[in-house]
Amino acid sequence: MSASLVFFIVVAAVSLTSALGVVTSRWPIHSALFMLVNFITLAVFYVTLGAQFLAAAQVIIYAGGIVILILFVVMLIGSEKIGGPSGHRLWTPYAGVALGVLMLATMIYTFASSLFGAPGTADAIEAGHPKAVGMTLFTQYILPIEMAAVLLLVALIGALLLARQPKAGAQ
Amino acid sequence: MVPTSHYLIISGAIFAIGAVGVLTRRNALIILMCVELMLNSVNLSLIALSRQWDNLGGQVFVFMIMAAAAAEVAVGLAILISHMRHTDTANIDEFRLLKW
Repeated sequence: MSASLVFFIVVAAVSLTSALGVVTSRWPIHSALFMLVNFITLAVFYVTLGAQFLAAAQVIIYAGGIVILILFVVMLIGSEKIGGPSGHRLWTPYAGVALGVLMLATMIYTFASSLFGAPGTADAIEAGHPKAVGMTLFTQYILPIEMAAVLLLVALIGALLLARQPKAGAQ
Repeated sequence: MVPTSHYLIISGAIFAIGAVGVLTRRNALIILMCVELMLNSVNLSLIALSRQWDNLGGQVFVFMIMAAAAAEVAVGLAILISHMRHTDTANIDEFRLLKW
């Protein structure tokens, strides 16, 4: 077993454990911290896949932005108010897990034949370096980039509008 | 080099875990986090396949998904905050009003 495979298995174990932690934690703040671990392991995967630019973006956007946003909301609302184990119906866990296993089985059934007969991967590509990604983003994909910028602006304004404290008597 | 299939298996497993979370948890905030988990697993599979076929298109897609996820989480949390101002609960079963 090669060193890279051992490394992959260790990181994959951490990743899956933290993903399970997100789902099974009683408190939202624990879920958010488990999600942070999961995002960082995914960034490690991106590095091993040769996508250095996206690994950095993953850490900056997800770990640095989205998780912090969620933690801020938990603290803004108050974790005792947002509740821990909110009323589970008795049968939902069983139904949910059964549906998830069914979905995983379908994926394996669909892809198993093609996965393991796949041709060898290309040699380590230089494509994931920031320069190459930047050249592609700002030449071939310039229109989607601009649209993403507008989307983020609209989301910002929308979030501001939705979360604004309503004026007294404006109900 | 680790084969692409390993990455796809991990990605599928994380996606399934996230889906189970969306189906079983009743806390709106945790459901949002599970949706993020599913989006991220798709990113992983896109990057793995981008290496498999030596094509940068997959990485550009991931960048777009990151932008959409950031927008989604901002608006989702704003809706959650605005809803909690009125009802004081994050239980998804209580989310049944479009206006108040």
